[in-house]
Amino acid sequence: MPDLAIQTSGLVKVFGKTRAVDGLDLAVPAGAVYGVLGPNGAGKTTAVRILATLLRPDGGEATVFGRDVVREADAVRSRVSLTGQYASVDEDMTGTENLILLARLLGHRKPAARERAAELLEAFGLTDAGRRRVKTYSGGMRRRIDIAASILNTPDLLFLDEPTTGLDPRSRNQVWDIIRVVVAHGTTVLLTTQYLDEADRLAARIAVIDSGKVIAEGTPGQLKSSVGAGSVHVRLRDPATRPVAERLLAESLDAAVYLEADPVALTARLKGGPTGASRDSAAAEQASRALGRLAEAGIVVDDFSLGQPSLDEVFLALTDHRATEEAAA
Amino acid sequence: MSTTTETGTTYAPAPDALAGVLAPGVRPPRPSAWSASITFGWRAMLKIKHVPEQLFDVTAFPLIMTLMFTYLFGGALAGSPTEYLQFLLPGILTTSIVMITMYTGVEVNKDIEKGVFDRFRTLPIWRPSTLIGYLLGDLLRYTLASIVILVVGLALGFRPQGGVTGVVGGILLVLVFSFAFSWLWTMFGLLLRSEKAVMGMSMMLLMPLTFLSNVYVDPSTMPGWLQIFVNASPITHLVSAVRSLMAGTPDMGEVTWVLVCSAAFVVIFGALTMRLYNRK
Repeated sequence: MPDLAIQTSGLVKVFGKTRAVDGLDLAVPAGAVYGVLGPNGAGKTTAVRILATLLRPDGGEATVFGRDVVREADAVRSRVSLTGQYASVDEDMTGTENLILLARLLGHRKPAARERAAELLEAFGLTDAGRRRVKTYSGGMRRRIDIAASILNTPDLLFLDEPTTGLDPRSRNQVWDIIRVVVAHGTTVLLTTQYLDEADRLAARIAVIDSGKVIAEGTPGQLKSSVGAGSVHVRLRDPATRPVAERLLAESLDAAVYLEADPVALTARLKGGPTGASRDSAAAEQASRALGRLAEAGIVVDDFSLGQPSLDEVFLALTDHRATEEAAA
Repeated sequence: MSTTTETGTTYAPAPDALAGVLAPGVRPPRPSAWSASITFGWRAMLKIKHVPEQLFDVTAFPLIMTLMFTYLFGGALAGSPTEYLQFLLPGILTTSIVMITMYTGVEVNKDIEKGVFDRFRTLPIWRPSTLIGYLLGDLLRYTLASIVILVVGLALGFRPQGGVTGVVGGILLVLVFSFAFSWLWTMFGLLLRSEKAVMGMSMMLLMPLTFLSNVYVDPSTMPGWLQIFVNASPITHLVSAVRSLMAGTPDMGEVTWVLVCSAAFVVIFGALTMRLYNRK
């Protein structure tokens, strides 16, 4: 059994009539990125705020490195850092001032704080921006100064709450690179995100949450295969051939086929195979066989793509799955 | 704009450089309560430095109050503005400073909305230091406002009998009381939802508290029921104490009353503030 960075059982937080976190059970192994995936309002931020000692839970237990987040909040605080959804730095101050302020609050003496601020700005490519107020920074620069502030004292556990929401692709890649380095150093990262792709690239394990509960948990491969192998999108040249194409695809792929709003487009949602590796090849093989059937029937295909399940698909599949299980029980 | 985009896009994280800054070394011991509070005070000063416009409130407002009341009531109440000023100035100084304490609540409330408050709350530091930092920054503003009013008063003909010692003593007492009284606003800053609500609540409390006092007129001219309220008001006691100090005839009873009252404010509203701060 590996060391756990975070363990929660039956965690509950209620705001008025909303149960933002409703019986959340998490076991986050130390030393890797753990993704918490879910749509807006799923309770991700509330859960992070409880774990970072910002909110008191209304029920259940949560420990960080074995310390209780309520009773031993100070011990937890000395080992974690939080980069919130909105920049957790003071916009009215310069980048340098922000870092010096936090370094001083972490107990560095003035010269050491100044030195630490300078070396972090350098490593994050913000040396020139250090003299400017954070208000003037671009989205990507804000994120970087924010993460720099979080690793002033390299924490054992770093909370990153939707760190790439609203960033352009280049800034997003920069944040991903930074996260990889931080984890390689030995820090555990709890990453919340709305993007399956992001969780897939960074996280060793993922918990999918909805309505304050974990509805699925596992490695990215396990999760994807549990919801299906993805989708085959096909665009035909002649809309008149669509009914035939729909039947042929349904037969050869043994999958549900949906007609898109575009009169020449169809999507077949593939069923998942048993494991990640065999799943991909199986999906490609099935798809090529299906295309062959279309060609034999004289249907011209203009475009074709094999897509991974999107968050929407994973999510809908998971909630459907849960509803069915509940009905069966 | 151009620099923003440039630095934003040309940065490529170098894993070696990043890994270099991650090497933790020895973590320093956590700062003392005093050191953390002073650091937050430094933050408040920096914010004044970067946004000096915020000093406008604390300098222009007291200035207008002093000029307005001196010339509006001076002739009617004391025969001449200069005569009246000898009575009014200690009071108007006190009122003005007490009035601007409400900006503490507004500042706290504004910061809560921002993520930076979350970061402070996840630091392993003495919890009240964040809020004490605001109050230290505010003390600077109160001092500036006091100096503005005093200088204007002296220019208009205020001649305190207590000399430098009496005047400085009076101002110090106002500062002590204002620091204590501000905990009421930090509480409202944490309790209320918006900046506007904090402002509204402050005005509702401050208007009667400052006007129903001995600042502008002698309470013996008021109806009996009002005298009871006015004589019980902490502002009345504070103004009496400040007047006595500035006049060179210190009333130690009033001074003690003010100090005890200040201590009570810190204990009660300080505790309520911290309770809200921890639960936010």
